[in-house]
Amino acid sequence: MDFLFVQFLNGLASASALFLVASGLSIIFGVTRIVNFAHGAFYMLGAYVAYTLTTTLTGPLGFWVALPLAAVIVAALGALVEMTLLRRIYEAPELFQLLATFGLTLMVEDLVVLIWGPEDLLGPRAPGLEGAVNIFGQLFPAYDLMLIALGPIVLAGLWLLFHKTRWGVLVRAATQDRTMVAALGVNQAWLFTSVFTLGIFLAALGGAVQIPREAVHHMMDLQIIVEAFVIVVIGGLGNVFGAFLAAFIIAELNAFGILLFPKISLVLVFLVMAVVLVVRPWGLLGKPEGAARAAVGTALQPWKRLGARGRNLSLGLLLVLALLPVFAGNYLLAVSTEILIFVLFAASLHLMMGVGGMVSFGHAAYFGLGAYGAALLVRFTGAPMEVGLWAGPLLAVAGAALFGWFCVRLSGVYLAMLTLAFAQIVWSIVFQWYEVTGGDNGILGIWPSSWASDPMVFYYLTLGIVTLGILAIRRIVFAPFGYAVRGCRDSVLRAESIGMNRMSLQWLCFTLAGSFAGFAGVLYAYLKGSVFPDVLAIPTSVDGLVMVLLGGIQTVAGPVVGAAVYEALSIYMTSETDLWKLILGGLIVVLVVAFPEGIVGFWQRRVQPLLSDRDGRDEEPAREGTA
Amino acid sequence: MKLEIHHLNTWYGRAHILFDVHARVGHGEVVAFLGRNGAGKTTTFASIVGLVPGITGDIVFDGTTVSGRKAHEIVRLGLGYVPEDRRIFTDLTVEENLMVGRQPPREGAPTWTPDMLYTLFPNLAEMRKRPGGQMSGGEQQMLTIARTLMGNPSLVLLDEPSEGLAPKIVEQMAEALTEMKRQGLTIILSEQNLHFARLISDRAYIIEKGRIRYEGTMDELEANPQVRDAYLAV
Amino acid sequence: MTDALEVRDLAKAFGGVKAVDGVSFALREREMLALIGPNGAGKSTCFNMLNGQLKPDGGSIRLFGAEILGLPPRKVWRLGVGRTFQITATFTSMTVIENVQMALISHHRRLRAMLPFAGALYKDEAYDLLELVGMEDQSGRACGMLAYGDLKRMELAIALANDPRVLLMDEPAAGMAPQERVQLMELVARVVQSRGVSVLFTEHDMDVVFGHADRVMVLDRGRLIVEGTPAEVRNNPDVQAVYLGTGAVYGKEKGADATPRAEAGE
Repeated sequence: MDFLFVQFLNGLASASALFLVASGLSIIFGVTRIVNFAHGAFYMLGAYVAYTLTTTLTGPLGFWVALPLAAVIVAALGALVEMTLLRRIYEAPELFQLLATFGLTLMVEDLVVLIWGPEDLLGPRAPGLEGAVNIFGQLFPAYDLMLIALGPIVLAGLWLLFHKTRWGVLVRAATQDRTMVAALGVNQAWLFTSVFTLGIFLAALGGAVQIPREAVHHMMDLQIIVEAFVIVVIGGLGNVFGAFLAAFIIAELNAFGILLFPKISLVLVFLVMAVVLVVRPWGLLGKPEGAARAAVGTALQPWKRLGARGRNLSLGLLLVLALLPVFAGNYLLAVSTEILIFVLFAASLHLMMGVGGMVSFGHAAYFGLGAYGAALLVRFTGAPMEVGLWAGPLLAVAGAALFGWFCVRLSGVYLAMLTLAFAQIVWSIVFQWYEVTGGDNGILGIWPSSWASDPMVFYYLTLGIVTLGILAIRRIVFAPFGYAVRGCRDSVLRAESIGMNRMSLQWLCFTLAGSFAGFAGVLYAYLKGSVFPDVLAIPTSVDGLVMVLLGGIQTVAGPVVGAAVYEALSIYMTSETDLWKLILGGLIVVLVVAFPEGIVGFWQRRVQPLLSDRDGRDEEPAREGTA
Repeated sequence: MKLEIHHLNTWYGRAHILFDVHARVGHGEVVAFLGRNGAGKTTTFASIVGLVPGITGDIVFDGTTVSGRKAHEIVRLGLGYVPEDRRIFTDLTVEENLMVGRQPPREGAPTWTPDMLYTLFPNLAEMRKRPGGQMSGGEQQMLTIARTLMGNPSLVLLDEPSEGLAPKIVEQMAEALTEMKRQGLTIILSEQNLHFARLISDRAYIIEKGRIRYEGTMDELEANPQVRDAYLAV
Repeated sequence: MTDALEVRDLAKAFGGVKAVDGVSFALREREMLALIGPNGAGKSTCFNMLNGQLKPDGGSIRLFGAEILGLPPRKVWRLGVGRTFQITATFTSMTVIENVQMALISHHRRLRAMLPFAGALYKDEAYDLLELVGMEDQSGRACGMLAYGDLKRMELAIALANDPRVLLMDEPAAGMAPQERVQLMELVARVVQSRGVSVLFTEHDMDVVFGHADRVMVLDRGRLIVEGTPAEVRNNPDVQAVYLGTGAVYGKEKGADATPRAEAGE
């Protein structure tokens, strides 16, 4: 009993830090509509800077000055980022900002290693609170008691700030309608900067107060950002009280889950999130988003099938790819095969996001399920590649059908978060179910049949399947079904009022997208000869998102181009430099600022008009070959 | 002149919306922009107040060129804007909504306090603590106007104040606007309801497909049935 | 004769506030029935319940005698109830004709087809519908570029795609120039005649209401307070008190004696 109580207190102490981070994320999202992926990076920076300050500032007060000072320093850095980067892209589609902050995260991950080294760093103990308190005969760290108090204090402070100051009222107003706030004479830019800074301050403070409790390391960001997302979504986007409640739930779940269900401790949090979202689609204390907000990918110009020029261009490209083995060596062929696989992966994600309007933060799940489907088949039945190639994706289809059924009940960011939750559940199962999946040792020895083991043959096999996959996806996009799901994306109201069953259509779209991803995953498994839990981890999902957004979500050709460019870049970077994250991240940031419509979108809007202006002006921007 | 517009052209992306729009509004005048939806009234207002990026031409407010400046800078010069669709902050109370609009008093413009606004719009006085989302359409429309008046503007742009309101509420609105005019405010409103516009306006511009097609006093418009029938027939 | 719609004791409350409180009425076949009332009186709530978008707390809605209460919008549509929206809801990533084709594809139950090209399906039918509403020359335009009045006409074409027996039109003329309003309402009146459709519509433009409705119902605070011919309703002191006011802001003189559909008839 006493032990349980102390465990409960442990949970409370963790809840405080989680709440700090999540509330910052929530506030930033509320006003700027930015899903700040870099929030975890700022949390990590808070911890690193606090480490440096606590070890340099001496004296009894040094430590206590260092923590808030670290948060202030990082917040200033956040303000700088907001002013130099984010301010340029507020007008871009919402997800583009996610992309930019993802690029930032990559950069920060390398930068902290450059500055502080790759080793775990242990911070000093808190002066005055080094000891432990005796609670029911159990020792409990005094510092953690202080942390427990910190959460409610910050919550109260935020409430006062938002309800009793004009700044707070402006922030709440801007959360709802930022243009209107500007039209009432409020300097929006300044308001955004201050909100972003406050959010980053909270994140950095959350990181700084951790240093007496746990080691500082360069992977803290990913772990916390996922938990913070979960908390914000469970609590209800933009609702600070919700974040508080959800932080409490998640922290206690972590504290007790490990005791009660050690086998599924990793899954537990995401399971709870899935249940909450299915029961309350807008989080515990959230409110439904206004229906007016257009879904992702909504375009104002009609999509058109390829014209003669577009078709010739595609055929030409296919010809070049078919001739590649003539002058490419085995390494280049393997790289090209990998790029092709990710082209299919990105195209499948685009089917779901761009066409279906359902943003997925967890598309890797279906890629990974396909890969594991084949791998498990090989491991337990020894089935040859010919079977694995077709049977493997079935696991992805099943997963997509199951998870999709839940996901289509939601929309917008909530749907995206639920896809993330399901992906994490799959990852956790694969990671923890050692007997079947081999855990992080993965499954080895998934080789193609002998006839296909030559890199050239496997390249052609991949080229064939990927080409068929892309053709099938395009066909679907321009078939009644593709139109129907696109219709649901454009206007649910209209769709339902002309007899369309949104959920059922979206569910089918979700499942189809999952199965195409599954095919990509199977090919990947046979290409690499092995699978590891990484294939269905968050970075793979994010890679997919980056590809789609980079190419341009409002075009059908975008994901193909985006995948090719991004995958080629990232393979090149990893082979050429140790600092690939820094360079790739920087490149993403630059690309986002330079091409806020994606590469293909940029081509269509800026370059193509210049090329075709001679044919006379056309009021309608859509023209042949644009899709 | 309170406001002068010369050769205003506006683009949304590549679509050309406004073509050489011009207007001159004197101190204390009430001027109506008449025309159907999509004619360019809302775009004209949004262009004046700096909410549309793609504009060319000159907009001069109180002798200051405001075209090309940011919305909040323009508003802070005393140019108040009431959008269509009553964009009140539904989560905020009436008092808080007013607080968002608050700007320092300025010379040459009437200064408003919440209490004065509660007198102007008696309905609002009874619901100071009520969230905007729980008000009826007419009450919300009054709140949007009151919120803009909190900025103590010398000129107010009112975009379709009568749209979607019950005739009885529209009459109350006309009374409030008449009172605002009496306080010395210059008012520019866009309207499709000629009956309503007639009650309060001195002059009118008719806008059609992004171009000014007619300008004149309300009486001249009354006396010109061809124009009325062509653009505004009732 | 069975009524097109027979509504009994329809009720809906939001958090204890009765938005619609025991509304009963009948929409006769080939009738144009207007529902008017102050903002917040419950008109939209009423409409949303009729087409299934909102679940009523109680009551009964019969479509030609068959109960449709509680059915989702898509099923109500399949039974022949079309709907246009106050703020237009369209598929912005499609052309005008594709928007209409979408409704036809749905009507012919081919939403899940993966092989044919959607753009080639039911093109003639869609074109005919656009012709009916006078939009045939804009069929290839992006619907995001249409003027508001044209959007409303396109919505009408979409609503007619499945040969509805009842049309629900939420402020069909809002945002249009007076002349356009007359044209649109005349068009609707023609459709009522030629296709045998019954129309229930809301509107704030009293010129439209009094000029085109066969009957008018007035809703106030969730209850129907008056029902009758346009002339009866406009002269009713209760209606003047809660809704119409003195008549200064609509065309008082004109149409006061106009018989319904006098202007609409061909």
